[in-house]
Amino acid sequence: MTVRLTRRNALEASVGALAMAAFGAISPVRAAYDSADLIRKFTGGKAPTEGKVKLDLPEIAENGNTVPMTVAVESPMSEQSYVTEVLVVGDGNPNGGMATFHFTPLSGAAEANTRIRLAATQNITAIAKMNDGSFYTASKQVKVTIGGCGG
Amino acid sequence: MTLSRRELLQIAAATAAILPNGWTRVLAQQRLTQAELLAFEPLGNVTLLHVADMHGQLMPVHFREPSSNLGVGEARGLPPHITGKDFLTRFGIPEKSAAAYALTSEDFAALAQSYGRIGGLDRLATAVKAARAQRGEEKVLFLDGGDTWQGSLAANRTRGQDMVDCFKLLKPDAMTGHWEFTYGAERVKELADSLGFPFLALNIRDTEWQEPVFPAYKMFEKGGVSIAVLGQAFPYTPVANPRWMIPTWSFGIREEDVRGTVETARREGAQLVVLLSHNGFDVDRKLASRVAGIDVILTSHTHDALPEVVRVGKTLLVASGSHGKFVSRLDLDVQDGAVKDFRYRLIPLFADVIAPDPEMAAAIARARAPFVAELAREVGRTASLLYRRGNFAGTFDDLICRAIAEERDAEIALSPGFRWGTSVLPGSAITIEDIHNATAITYPQVYRQTMTGARLKEVLEDVADNLFNPDPYYQQGGDMVRCGGLGYTIDVGKSMGSRISGLTHLKSGRPLEAAREYSVAGWASVNEGTEGPPVWELVQKYVARNKTVKVEANTSVKVIGA
Repeated sequence: MTVRLTRRNALEASVGALAMAAFGAISPVRAAYDSADLIRKFTGGKAPTEGKVKLDLPEIAENGNTVPMTVAVESPMSEQSYVTEVLVVGDGNPNGGMATFHFTPLSGAAEANTRIRLAATQNITAIAKMNDGSFYTASKQVKVTIGGCGG
Repeated sequence: MTLSRRELLQIAAATAAILPNGWTRVLAQQRLTQAELLAFEPLGNVTLLHVADMHGQLMPVHFREPSSNLGVGEARGLPPHITGKDFLTRFGIPEKSAAAYALTSEDFAALAQSYGRIGGLDRLATAVKAARAQRGEEKVLFLDGGDTWQGSLAANRTRGQDMVDCFKLLKPDAMTGHWEFTYGAERVKELADSLGFPFLALNIRDTEWQEPVFPAYKMFEKGGVSIAVLGQAFPYTPVANPRWMIPTWSFGIREEDVRGTVETARREGAQLVVLLSHNGFDVDRKLASRVAGIDVILTSHTHDALPEVVRVGKTLLVASGSHGKFVSRLDLDVQDGAVKDFRYRLIPLFADVIAPDPEMAAAIARARAPFVAELAREVGRTASLLYRRGNFAGTFDDLICRAIAEERDAEIALSPGFRWGTSVLPGSAITIEDIHNATAITYPQVYRQTMTGARLKEVLEDVADNLFNPDPYYQQGGDMVRCGGLGYTIDVGKSMGSRISGLTHLKSGRPLEAAREYSVAGWASVNEGTEGPPVWELVQKYVARNKTVKVEANTSVKVIGA
């Protein structure tokens, strides 16, 4: 699975994400780890704390091929205290990782907005790494259904 | 000269004894009067009137409420997930009473003979006018929860125009929607623009720029109270219905947006916040527990009719039933930005008791005129009650399954678990109108394809999870897909992928083979380009050929873990 930062994504994103696009980079993670391993590797074995991370995803995907996702981390984004990286993983992804967003204090806000492709129902987890070495996390299950029987 | 049931009622005292066939009805109805049905001691400074899920029904209907409506997780055993005798006990309703007939499936066919049809937009108009007259229009908000424009032949042929034309006369203050969207984005916009009142939906955004497609809320001033009405359309429309009809609109529960809109409305001075919602009851119950500041949620989608308000924290949840059977009236005393007191009544619109409003009756007659001969045409008869509501089966669905399996020569038939569609009493004609009341959609093609046993299990598991996921935010409403020629056991308490077992090919009595291909007929596919004859045509052929149908209750689904 890949992450595309389209013109539209960039345009509709907040000032923070625009800054991210200008000063940061998105790199698809390509590692043969499962998602738990990837998270351990990212945190150096530390258990991330629940909170500060807001992961905006639909409960049920309208179209699994392009699921809108916004991840935002509460942070002053100052030289003293800022988010350095956000890793997003899906436990149903054969490659585990989906995206890593890099931030600097110049990003202004730690927020990014993109689309992900989900072949099946799975849990999506975002882990934010702070400049002080602490980690925060949020998860959400996104269902991908056959659909067609509500009413 | 023929006497209408209403006229019979009025002269009951004098003539009951000499009317051989009127006796039961008269006896049953003699305590019902319009004045009593509409009686309401006003309270406070604001009145909310609410209807929802009319499903294209301009005329009074027979509509049997569900015999099974299971709740899972935290909603297990809570209203609205109680039915039949349990429902009567929970709400203190006497058996065989008018309320028992209106609210449950108990003795439905027999009681229908006594109490007659319920609903009709002309009866609703009488009730709405009476409330406005009693309260003063300046205190009343009348809100439509949606699923109004679809569900009948005339609504389908006019693409919602008949409902819009008639509904306008009721002067609603706002509406939201779900099945409305199955007329396609352009048509919905066109009709919404013509309403003269707002179509609200805070949870619809265009897929391109994430911009709102409809206004999120509207502020009203009623009874000296500043009221914000927020609209929430059915969140899973592009999943449960064809996405290709609304390709650039994205929905979802969008809890954050609900929270944000509540906060915006409060900042703008709203003293009362009302969510006009098409989420479905359990979704709204969860939402109420997570989003602060909503005073009232007018629920819909799951078609629940509850004679009492359900309270979640400070939020009042109202469930007004479906098919025009009821109108809810909620009087509120709003002081200093808070609800101090309330009074609620779910008013059943017994068609033989409430006088039709002449202006609306004329509008309905005009709307139906082009179709009235066709609608009344008898296709065949039924010896048994035809109904839809129930979690796993309904006799009308079984009839549809038989018809499409036979007409398309398939081993197995699948029919969607829609909760709309009127009932047909035993011994009655099945008319064109009855058939379309159960099938009138804009994607009616009956497909025929082969599916492996494994794929069929996958489909059933998927739908079961949409219905029985313990987290309401993952539920889509509706009922289980109906199966013809296929039996199974379902454990509703299990998790996704492990609820369905014992799949049986009913004709051979053998277990369904995972690898074998079965011929399957089904309708209401959400995929674009589905080909096949419209479902009503096949049901019509089947009924006409069989002349009189008889459908016994379905016993091929075994339910455990409830």
